[in-house]
Amino acid sequence: MPQIAQILETWSSQVFWLLVVFGAVFFVIGRGMVPRVMDNIGMRDKQIADDLAAAQAARDAADEQEDAWRKRENENRAAAQALVHEAKAKAATSAEAKLATVQAAIDTQAAEAEARIAAASHAAAAEIEAVASEAAQDIVARLAGVKVTKSVAGAAVKKAMMANG
Amino acid sequence: MHQFTIEPLFGSGGWELAGYNIAFTNSALWMAISAIALWVFMFGGMKRELVPGRWQMAVESFTGFVDDMLEANVGKAGRKYVPYIFSLFMFILFANLLGLMPLGVVGVHPFTFTSHFTVTGVLAIMSFSIVLIVGFWKHGLHFFSLFVPQGTPLPMIPIIFPIELISFLVRPFSLGLRLFVAMMAGHVLLEVLSSFVIDGMNAFSSGIGPVVGVLSFILMIGICALEILVAGIQAYVFALLSSLYINDAENLH
Repeated sequence: MPQIAQILETWSSQVFWLLVVFGAVFFVIGRGMVPRVMDNIGMRDKQIADDLAAAQAARDAADEQEDAWRKRENENRAAAQALVHEAKAKAATSAEAKLATVQAAIDTQAAEAEARIAAASHAAAAEIEAVASEAAQDIVARLAGVKVTKSVAGAAVKKAMMANG
Repeated sequence: MHQFTIEPLFGSGGWELAGYNIAFTNSALWMAISAIALWVFMFGGMKRELVPGRWQMAVESFTGFVDDMLEANVGKAGRKYVPYIFSLFMFILFANLLGLMPLGVVGVHPFTFTSHFTVTGVLAIMSFSIVLIVGFWKHGLHFFSLFVPQGTPLPMIPIIFPIELISFLVRPFSLGLRLFVAMMAGHVLLEVLSSFVIDGMNAFSSGIGPVVGVLSFILMIGICALEILVAGIQAYVFALLSSLYINDAENLH
């Protein structure tokens, strides 16, 4: 077994070169390169975490804006509906008022017309009476040869007409 | 056994430092090759791209693996040991795997320096020293309470304390020997099996020889896969136990 057979001549060179080489490995690779590799890993992890946080923040902001938009939209809708209501109510009242005035005008016109009709029918009745009484005077004068005064004839006609309705 | 022999290279056999021989041996050469291979591997993952490529992904998964292991075993305070545990784990892993490379086919003989307890022992002593230094630095003499598990009845303490102390002091030996034994046993097993294959085929006319040779060859393929697994597992075990021991020093119970 050379490990034991050669130990006396080789141990010092083994120890020396191991310390030299392992020292170099430790200082150059262990202290020099490993921390940089690990820094890089840490940096990447941090960047990923930051990106995720930024994405979350953007998402939250978007949600917030959507909520605000929804709220505004609802308010706008409510306002629009109120406006429509008001317009409807206004239109209804103005229509009612117009109808009322028109109705009143029509009523007065109708009343006037009725009055006129009544007057005309009165006048017509009076004329009929006058014509009837003249005709009655005439008929009486021709048939009976009696001269009847206009007033008597008129009274008689009036009486007859009343009786006939 | 020749594969474990250490030979000075480039005529450096006489190099000395303060009276000690520091010959640049094949062992030292393969340490350097492992370190350079590890550096190349790490360098490929240093592009620092936001979206990692395959290589960078591989490097990052290794650092992440060590980071997670320390996080799980030591907690937040384990982060500062990542450079050490990562160097340890990757250096042993590359050494184990490079030692298994079939480079003998092209005439280069890989040397597994983790199959030498002079090397694994130094690595184990390093981990153990870190445990002692951190433990006494952070907790002072209170660190000795590590040897008295919480809730030990008072009369049991004189018995428990030496047991715990011995089990603590055995740690560097078990840590170093485990890696050395696993690597050496694997290589010896492969060598024995390959000698069966060669001797069996040489004794072709005996009839039983080729049967043994073919069966050994099939077994060897399986053992090769197992050895690759062992190479990873032993590196992991070394790093895991080091981090567990550091946890003792860091958190004390």
